[in-house]
Amino acid sequence: MTKRDPYGQNYYTPVPTNFTKRMRTNLFWQFLRFLTINIKMLRMVRKH
Amino acid sequence: MSRLLILGGGIAGQTAALHARRKLANNHEVVVVTPNSKWNWIPSNIWVGVGVMSVDQVTFHLEEIYKKEGIVYHQAKAMSIHPEGDANSSSPFVTIEYTKSGIEGTTEKLTYDYLINATGPKLKFEATKGLGPENNSLSVCTAGHAAQTSSALDEIVKAMKKGEKKKFLIGTGHGNCTCQGAAFEYLFNIEYELRRRGVRDKAEITWISNEQELGDFGIGGMHLKKGGYITHSKVFTESLYSERGIKWITRAHVNEVEKDQIHYETLDGKYFDETFDFAMLLPPFSGVGIKAFNKAGTDITSDLFAANGFMLVDGDYGKKSYEDWSPEDWPKTYQSPKYKNIFAVGIAFAPPHPISQPVSSPNGTPIFPTPPRTGMPSGVMARQVTYNIVDMINGKSDHPTREASLANMGAACIASAGTGFFNGTAVSMTMYPIIPDFNKYPETGRELRYTSGEIGLAGHWIKHFLHFAFIYKAKANPLWRIIPE
Ligand SMILES: Cc1cc2nc3c(=O)[nH]c(=O)nc-3n(C[C@H](O)[C@H](O)[C@H](O)COP(=O)(O)OP(=O)(O)OC[C@H]3O[C@@H](n4cnc5c(N)ncnc54)[C@H](O)[C@@H]3O)c2cc1C
Repeated sequence: MTKRDPYGQNYYTPVPTNFTKRMRTNLFWQFLRFLTINIKMLRMVRKH
Repeated sequence: MSRLLILGGGIAGQTAALHARRKLANNHEVVVVTPNSKWNWIPSNIWVGVGVMSVDQVTFHLEEIYKKEGIVYHQAKAMSIHPEGDANSSSPFVTIEYTKSGIEGTTEKLTYDYLINATGPKLKFEATKGLGPENNSLSVCTAGHAAQTSSALDEIVKAMKKGEKKKFLIGTGHGNCTCQGAAFEYLFNIEYELRRRGVRDKAEITWISNEQELGDFGIGGMHLKKGGYITHSKVFTESLYSERGIKWITRAHVNEVEKDQIHYETLDGKYFDETFDFAMLLPPFSGVGIKAFNKAGTDITSDLFAANGFMLVDGDYGKKSYEDWSPEDWPKTYQSPKYKNIFAVGIAFAPPHPISQPVSSPNGTPIFPTPPRTGMPSGVMARQVTYNIVDMINGKSDHPTREASLANMGAACIASAGTGFFNGTAVSMTMYPIIPDFNKYPETGRELRYTSGEIGLAGHWIKHFLHFAFIYKAKANPLWRIIPE
């Protein structure tokens, strides 16, 4: 991915920093996200 | 004794059948009519389509499960509903045609006291010339289609390994498609798989869809809290595409699929072509085409079904402009207004209108997504409708008391973007409610606390967990009912 083309589709989009990319597979952080997303989904189903 | 007849043994039909059998006393009968001998966890077809899973891993035989549970099973398809019976009898019935080998084509009348239509969609490939696995493009809508797509992928990868460059086109094959989430998930899996097989540099991948913008998903997109701002899912989705070097074409209606190119029209009325070597394009959906007749044998299909073949239920189907749409338009109990013992759940019910704003090109071609009805809401509405019917059979109520409006229900979409227990990722999106409600949530139409989007390993774990949990549940294994819909 490069931002070389000033009028191309890719020029305007946000792209993740290396830190953001690393956190996507960081086990500790992702375990917390796993719990959070599951709780969110369960609460939504339980509303019914 | 009452008989509950369930048409369709997919996600909604199976949920209804298992809950009904669990709740109803044995003197009542639960009957399922469905044409396939196997149940399919459709969301995992994506993995079959990239060769990560086999057809057997996403399907299982229904007969033994139904036998174990005491559910009567007919491997057949429903052809017509006769809600008033016929000249000989006033008992309502459904005409079915067997698909089971040995008795294929034989028909039978099945009477019912209560009827749930959970027949899902007809995959309408014929809406676009040349679309579909029998013509010039591939599909992942059924496990069989996905296996065919996986073989095509293997072939193309072989050529790429020899140094050939190839063009991949993934998305929607018609201006009125829904289920963009499934195509989006396949897109990300293809991209990951090509990287994993060491040929990503030989591939040009393009997304084509009827969405107004990326991240619409047929629900007008959603607004998310990100980095101190409220941003539209377009920003998040474009970022994901851009990071993976995927080009996108939006606002497109595919007119024709040829062997190696598509012809499409965009919302501004212009016509374009795009060549491809591998195209996975979803078809538009319609109802499965069940007919209805009254006692005298007169065709009353239009009393029970909308023009698109989906069943009319308790929604507000009056013609309204986008500005006048209201969350109240959406069905709550899924009961047919005409015949109170008929219900439709999952994809089979007729939505009162789209969720994304309808728009047409200057040539009059409608180019906008129709509303998605994903697994979680399909399961929830099937359960609520079943509980209502159980109460009515048991004389606890003479009308449905529980509601399951999409305007009051959340949804989660977990789109896998690569497998691997430590390095897989998936996009996890949640939203509440599915139908935006600007009276309750004036800013964005949805509750920001429950509306989110992120990509990471957690999503991959959830996706895998859901695969096993839902197949476990659909097999009615011990404690299946503690697994939520
Ligand atoms: C590739 C793909 C990926 C997806 N991924 C996700 C996902 O990740 N998450 C999610 O929530 N949703 C996902 N979905 C959507 C999800 O599969 C649907 O929401 C869900 O299957 C709808 O359930 P249903 O029971 O209404 O329809 P279906 O599951 O399609 O079931 C309909 C059943 O009716 C049967 N039938 C058809 N005609 C007749 C007839 N005449 N008589 C009797 N029976 C009949 C069919 O054979 C089928 O068994 C995906 C869809 C696709 C295509």
